[in-house]
Amino acid sequence: MEKCPSVKSILLLDSEGKRVAVKYYSDDWPTNAAKEAFEKDVFTKTQKTNARTEAEIAMFENNVVVYKFVQDLHFFVTGGEDENELILATVLQGFFDAVGLLLRGNVDKREALENLDLILLCLDEIVDGGIILETDATVIAGKVASHSIDAGAPLSEQTISQALATAREHLTRSLLK
Amino acid sequence: MAQPLVKKDDDHDDEAEYSPFLGIEKGAVLQEARVFNDPQLDPRRCSQVITKLLYLLNQGETFTKIEATEVFFAVTKLFQSRDLGLRRMVYLMIKELSPSSDEVIIVTSSLMKDMNSKTDMYRANAIRVLCRITDGTLLTQIERYLKQAIVDKNPVVASAALVSGIHLLQSNPEIVKRWSNEVQEAMQSRAALVQFHALALLHQIRQNDRLAVSKLVTSLTRGTVRSPLAQCLLIRYTCQVIRESAGNTQTGERPFYDYLESCLRHKAEMVIFEAARAITELNGVTSRELTPAITVLQLFLSSSKPVLRFAAVRTLNKVAMMHPMAVTNCNIDMESLISDQNRSIATLAITTLLKTGNESSVDRLMKQITNFMSDIADEFKIVVVEAIRSLCLKFPLKYRSLMNFLSNILREEGGFEYKKAIVDSIVILIRDIPDAKESGLLHLCEFIEDCEFTYLSTQILHFLGIEGPKTSDPSKYIRYIYNRVHLENATVRASAVSTLAKFGAMVDSLKPRIFVLLRRCLFDSDDEVRDRATLYLNTLGADGAMDETNEDASEFLFGSLDVPLESSDEPFDISSVPREVKVQPLAEKKAPSKKPAGLGAPPSGPTATVDAYEKLLSSIPEFSSFGNLFKSSAPVELTEAETEYAVNVVKHIFDQHVVFQYNCTNTIPEQLLENVTVLVDSSEAEEFAEVASKPLQSLPYDSPGQTFVAFEKPQGVPAVGKFSNILKFIVKEVDTSTGEAEDDGVEDEYRLEDLEVVAADYMQKVGVSNFRNAWENMNPDSERVDEYGLGPRENLSEAVNAVINLLGMQPCEGTEVVPSNSRSHTCLLSGVFIGNVRVLVRLSFGIDGEKEVAMKLARAPAAQQVNSGKLREFGGKTVAAREELRPDKRDKKRKRAGVREGAREKSRETALEVKFAWKKRKGRGRSDGICEELFMGMNREVACNLAFLTINEKGKARMEGWCDGDGLLLLGERRWRGEEEEEGKGSTLAFTEKDGWIEERMRWKGKMDGSSWMYGDEEVEEQHRVEKDGLGCRFDEVVPVIEGPIGEGKGDLGSPDFRVSSN
Repeated sequence: MEKCPSVKSILLLDSEGKRVAVKYYSDDWPTNAAKEAFEKDVFTKTQKTNARTEAEIAMFENNVVVYKFVQDLHFFVTGGEDENELILATVLQGFFDAVGLLLRGNVDKREALENLDLILLCLDEIVDGGIILETDATVIAGKVASHSIDAGAPLSEQTISQALATAREHLTRSLLK
Repeated sequence: MAQPLVKKDDDHDDEAEYSPFLGIEKGAVLQEARVFNDPQLDPRRCSQVITKLLYLLNQGETFTKIEATEVFFAVTKLFQSRDLGLRRMVYLMIKELSPSSDEVIIVTSSLMKDMNSKTDMYRANAIRVLCRITDGTLLTQIERYLKQAIVDKNPVVASAALVSGIHLLQSNPEIVKRWSNEVQEAMQSRAALVQFHALALLHQIRQNDRLAVSKLVTSLTRGTVRSPLAQCLLIRYTCQVIRESAGNTQTGERPFYDYLESCLRHKAEMVIFEAARAITELNGVTSRELTPAITVLQLFLSSSKPVLRFAAVRTLNKVAMMHPMAVTNCNIDMESLISDQNRSIATLAITTLLKTGNESSVDRLMKQITNFMSDIADEFKIVVVEAIRSLCLKFPLKYRSLMNFLSNILREEGGFEYKKAIVDSIVILIRDIPDAKESGLLHLCEFIEDCEFTYLSTQILHFLGIEGPKTSDPSKYIRYIYNRVHLENATVRASAVSTLAKFGAMVDSLKPRIFVLLRRCLFDSDDEVRDRATLYLNTLGADGAMDETNEDASEFLFGSLDVPLESSDEPFDISSVPREVKVQPLAEKKAPSKKPAGLGAPPSGPTATVDAYEKLLSSIPEFSSFGNLFKSSAPVELTEAETEYAVNVVKHIFDQHVVFQYNCTNTIPEQLLENVTVLVDSSEAEEFAEVASKPLQSLPYDSPGQTFVAFEKPQGVPAVGKFSNILKFIVKEVDTSTGEAEDDGVEDEYRLEDLEVVAADYMQKVGVSNFRNAWENMNPDSERVDEYGLGPRENLSEAVNAVINLLGMQPCEGTEVVPSNSRSHTCLLSGVFIGNVRVLVRLSFGIDGEKEVAMKLARAPAAQQVNSGKLREFGGKTVAAREELRPDKRDKKRKRAGVREGAREKSRETALEVKFAWKKRKGRGRSDGICEELFMGMNREVACNLAFLTINEKGKARMEGWCDGDGLLLLGERRWRGEEEEEGKGSTLAFTEKDGWIEERMRWKGKMDGSSWMYGDEEVEEQHRVEKDGLGCRFDEVVPVIEGPIGEGKGDLGSPDFRVSSN
């Protein structure tokens, strides 16, 4: 109880239970196989529930799991059985909303994979080694996104062809939508 | 037309499957990573490659050592680029690769540069990366920057440094502890999360210092902590302080309760919940304290957020275990949760209701649950079944509807674990509620008619074989059993044959018909079934050829045999099979990891160990003549935990005898014990005479064995007495590498704690289903009423439990639970006293303002078997029992036990044995040595400091003392042991505590000369001071601060090498 509130894992899975991005902060799952088994467990036990409007919660094998689904993405935050459920839910909400902001509302698997770097940075900004760093979605997204704006800043470092390539990519992306 | 349509679908599928990482391959990506080495870096492309690498790692791909090193070195090149985004990816990559220490050096300078960069983002991230990968030596180099970062204006940077500090504290505590001042400054930060991280770190730095934690909590609970997370943390720390300062709960207000209560009005839900949960978990929480927390949780129950509902119902579920009355207010809200979408919430609601429900609401509840059961998963159903089982044991009158419910769900679909839970519950109910037996057995019979699980079928058949013949009409079960012989697989058929034989052995009237059935089984297709049928026909004497008595036959059928499994050439002879069975260790082993998923499983029902004991005892020829076992007590430990030999004893009560079963465990791998016996001195138990004992041949390491001692006592008399025990054995050394024991052993003995046979041992816990009926049916003349004063007690529930334990009777109708703070209570008890006298007791308790408890005891044996002589005896025992309860008597007893006990009682701390060794100390001319001291009743830190002061290498110095509530030693006394015993006589030692210092004042006769001393005639007074806290005393490093002694001499104590161990 005297422990700092801690998160054991954050999982982002697709609609088939495959990994999009996962992060573990506890030694409870020493091997990749154990992690995958846990993910499968979490996924199958929550799959049939409707967690699209409000975050849902489940508990098994001494883990509290809070989760929320959108499109074909399943967001999970898990903690120990004694953890305050509402703290975990706050972390989940922060992660969920930050991803929404970063992907500009197009939250689906494809968009998430295309911007995987943003998702990974986002995870990095929410929790550090199990300790909650930040739960405010706008702050998290701000920290992650700051670079995508700044990226263009040192223009001198970009060659003209690189600039063109960037422009082309932006164009194709917007056309494909 | 169809063709293009299909094609379009295919296209669509392809698109859905599209992923930027489709077909990604490790080798190719590693090749791509070469772009990191390009002289003209392309940040975009590099970022993409890093993302790919991270993707691979995230999917569970691993890099070999060489690959990881290569990638790492390539990535370090990217520090040249000034692209912010790329740098962030580089940080991530380095953290993922977790480089070895020689690799870390490569990036250290780059990271240190970033740590001092003007860009906040760089600073924060570089700190986190560097702290993640750094080791102790590097840490001293960057410590200065980290301290700066902690007080950085930018909250992100400060948080990064603080969180890193929390992680580093595990590996480099002494460095992080030096940051205390900066962390304290960060506590004042305006940024909410910085405050949270600072609080977490500050607490961890001080966690070993209770006083400092207490001060921290006191100051913060007064001020305003901004962040909800920090508030939650503070609540947790507050609870810790409350727990550790426990002991003054009865004297009015609990410290900090007001703070917790004020948190219930916080605006953040997480804080409200944390506080509510904290209140419910307080030790000995009163209903007045609980009420506001329960009210808040009740509001959460109707929240629209599932997480909130779950959190509330889970907490209430836990509260319901201890304080069912407190939760009843929420029952209406709870009932609406039964239909909750989230099945976890619904199950928790149901089990809570089952715990808080009263007798009248059971039926309604069962109706609601029936609808609910069909749509939840098996794991939830098991939780519900267990809750129903405990409900049924609580309200035996309701067994009919609960049993019906169980049998209904038994018929529905379900997996093995679920069915097993139901069958187990029915079996337990049959065992504990006599009225439920017949209907329960019939339900089980119906179940095996259509049971797909062989294991359950055989278990039920076995159970039927034992219970069925004892019912009023055993013949009605035969049909079900014989049906199995026709319809089932060989395993079930074989056990059905055994069950039939048991009916034949027990019920004479059925015998001829059973023979007919068994003879039919002789033509079964399976060997085992035929063999069993033949064997049983012979044993039961169907052919008239066998002249074995009926008793032998039933012993053969119901006893357990230890059949050797190895095949031998000699013809098998049943008489060569030993009757003595190796029983499994009876101590209940509970795997701590196997918690029932927190959904509040009820306490497991009474285990059927009595049967096992009965079998065990009847298998020992010496005890077989003692008749039926009346009662076996729970194991009583005769040794303390973690001693060389662990021994507990089970008292078996027979009509004329008492058998002590000593369960011994040898915990030393290097020893083999042989010929283990217990020497029992019964001089304080006059009515007992030893008649037999059974030694244990050999007791190898870690495999428990039993030795028995039997006593004779007057028939039917509840004789009491005290026995002292000595374990005697021959010890043989064992070579642990080969496992072989040496040939010759040494005789040795080991003193065990005393054992008492008390009145409660003669009382069987047997419940009645309707106490009022039973009470009214008894002979009014046999009723006795007595009144007792029980002296001051903490609360009623303590008094009730003490009396229940003393009488050893079964509480009925859940009356053992006393609503907290109530001033009177009636408790109903039932039991069977030795000589088969049914006894009912109605206890009325009352408590007055001075906490004096009065008790009125009315008791009556059931009508038919009134035996006034026995009753009088029982009455006598209760009076004796009452005397034991009187506090003044208890105190006297304690006084006899000596000061040691007293010290323990006063301080609530355990004794601390300190053993330390030291190297030669300056000046005093003492040699190296080891000293052992026993410190009692003080907190570890103080003990460690004092240990240093009282070094005495010549013998054992013993010091006894006690401390006040804060764990401070107030007064101490040292007794000299060993060579100094004579010379040191008359020395006195006193400790006082003042302004955070412990003062030691020592008077002795002798002479101080500079730094050396010797005994003599002159009075010497010495005084030392030790700072109580602020030393950061730890068990392995004690560096006390000694100020020069007042008076003569100097107390230079050098730097001893301390090793302090405690028990």
